[in-house]
Amino acid sequence: MPQPTTPSHDSQSEAKPAAASPTPTPGTSTAPSQLGPETRPSGELDHLAFLYRQMLLIRRIEEECARAYAEGKIGGFLHLYIGQEAVGVGAVAALKPEDYVITTYRDHGIALAKGMPARAIMAELFGKATGCSKGLGGSMHMFDREHNMLGGYGIVGGHIPLAAGVAFASKYRGDGKVTLCFFGEGAVSIGGFHEGLSLAALWKLPIVFICENNEYSMGTPLSRSMSVEDVTTKALGYGIDRDRFFASDVLEVEQRIAEAVQRAREQSLPTLVEIRTYRFRGHSMSDPAKYRTQAELEEQKKKDPMHRARARLSAGGYAETRLKALEEDVETEVADAVKFANESPEPDASLLEETTYSGPFAY
Amino acid sequence: MPRTLRYREAIREAMIEEMERDANVFLMGEEVGHYQGAYKVSEGMLEKFGAKRVVDTPIAESGFAGIGVGAAMVGLRPIIEFMTWNFSAVAFDQILNNAAKVRQMSGGQFTCPIVFRGPNASARQVGSQHSHAMEHFYATIPGVKVIAPAFPADAKGLMKAAIRDDNPVLVMESETLYSFKGEVPDDQDVIPFGKATIPRAGTDVTIVAYSRMTHVALDAAAALAKEGIEAEVIDLRSLRPLDEDTIIRSVQKTHRCVVVHEGWPYGGVGAEIADRVQRLAFDSLDAPILRVTSLDVPMPYNATLEQMCIPQAPRVVAAVKRVVARTSSFTPSGN
Ligand SMILES: Cc1ncc(C[n+]2csc(CCOP(=O)(O)OP(=O)(O)O)c2C)c(N)n1
Repeated sequence: MPQPTTPSHDSQSEAKPAAASPTPTPGTSTAPSQLGPETRPSGELDHLAFLYRQMLLIRRIEEECARAYAEGKIGGFLHLYIGQEAVGVGAVAALKPEDYVITTYRDHGIALAKGMPARAIMAELFGKATGCSKGLGGSMHMFDREHNMLGGYGIVGGHIPLAAGVAFASKYRGDGKVTLCFFGEGAVSIGGFHEGLSLAALWKLPIVFICENNEYSMGTPLSRSMSVEDVTTKALGYGIDRDRFFASDVLEVEQRIAEAVQRAREQSLPTLVEIRTYRFRGHSMSDPAKYRTQAELEEQKKKDPMHRARARLSAGGYAETRLKALEEDVETEVADAVKFANESPEPDASLLEETTYSGPFAY
Repeated sequence: MPRTLRYREAIREAMIEEMERDANVFLMGEEVGHYQGAYKVSEGMLEKFGAKRVVDTPIAESGFAGIGVGAAMVGLRPIIEFMTWNFSAVAFDQILNNAAKVRQMSGGQFTCPIVFRGPNASARQVGSQHSHAMEHFYATIPGVKVIAPAFPADAKGLMKAAIRDDNPVLVMESETLYSFKGEVPDDQDVIPFGKATIPRAGTDVTIVAYSRMTHVALDAAAALAKEGIEAEVIDLRSLRPLDEDTIIRSVQKTHRCVVVHEGWPYGGVGAEIADRVQRLAFDSLDAPILRVTSLDVPMPYNATLEQMCIPQAPRVVAAVKRVVARTSSFTPSGN
């Protein structure tokens, strides 16, 4: 139970980083997930295939989003996750279905990873009544009660205290659920991040804070927004565990987030994790990304974790025919989602009243 | 059997009864537990319910307001106390963008059954940063409900309704009312939102007020009666929803309307009421609708100047006299 009135300071004094927070080098980890594929049980290869499929689905859905946006079928802001798929897919894979996920406006990928149907996501983007939020939320607000996807939020950092509240409720009820809260490195400068972490640390809430450091907050590199290079140093001030690594390998993401999830579930302790990643597209559709060079982008694309996962599958003996079948299956799912969104009806204006208040407004 | 309770005791009773009724209800805020509440509203509650349900927070309004919203989304029913509503300014984003929006942006999948409460508007000489009438900022937001009781019985019944409501409800209390005593029925039940009361009936003018200004309006009405002007005082109790019917019916009878509230004259609840009255009772009006508000300046510290800025009964009396004098047909009774 939360014990705010008898704050125990032991957590502060005993706090030690979960990982020494070295500057990680992609591909040099000796984590179990890095074992050669030949030593990996075939079940694990199937698991990797599942994760690869999820990453591919996200990428292909979002490529279609970009197309639909250009055609005017999707409006407003559209923030793509392309390049970052291994973060959401790997992290969510470490959860149980009943665990909670909350993220920012860059939310389609994480929503798909959490099990939300592509149809509901695409229809939401098209503003249709069949969308997950009935076409009232749009790109930045993916919610699904059934999958415990608690939304995408448009105000940078505003959802971080809210995520702590969800974890507070889990502790209050003792329901054993863990909350994953995603945000960009740009959010580390705003108050909501600090108040959320501070309270989660004080009350020992079962939550994992995942900073997706994609190097740019719109056009601002981390070096121009923070006085330190390592986001996880912020954990030291709150006395919570921390971890920091590159999202080059989706299995490594899963395994390292699983450690933090376990700490949350078994000891009810929060963790701050910085996962270093890179977005291949602009901040949103209107961003030509002039703040970085084409060479930098190409260099990053060579390290694409999704392609890496495919290569690992091939090397591990996962038959090319099976890979092709999997990829065709994704194409079918994407085409179906787009068709579904196109053909779905617009929401009725009568929805507005009933979704503003629950029950009668006045009695 | 009605008992006499102070306003703060009425609110405390409502919270205690609802916490006994539903284990999902908890109270969270600065100094609500060990300190017994900055204004002693939650006195004794920590001892009664323990630290799990009466949760002291650090000074982090945005943080604990957000914690409340998140907890409410997944089924708890938090009561979040702001030491005063002034400090909710740093949590405004949580109320505006999360509490009020989560239902619509999730297509109705998630609701936010939360109460935000605390003292609002002027206290005594607490200066410009601690005297805000915050209800005007909040009453404009669809997705929240805003209530502002003036009497202990209403405070209890409305607070119980607020805790049971499935939406974010913002309860505007008043430091200057906490010690105000009133009769509260033993079995004070839930009072529904959106129903005003008429604590004083009259025929010559309608004075619309809420929270502490209801008492100022009643003082003004008593003074006016001595001069033969019978004012009808409406105590709104709830600002969103707003009991338009009671206001309109009264104005159709009195043909004149004065609105009294704390907070500045630019926009706000009074302007909203003036708009509704001119739209819905245009043909009934014999005079422009006047508003008696705080003056259009930051609240000064100096006691005399502060009292000058806050609406007082003589200002209400003067406004009433102006609207009443508009019609030649009016002859004060007794003249
Ligand atoms: C409080 C607030 N300020 C500004 C913005 C506008 N804005 C939207 S996204 C963004 C950059 C955020 O970057 P980061 O947190 O690194 O996340 P990323 O977009 O890279 O995923 C800004 C400034 C906002 N949405 N909210």
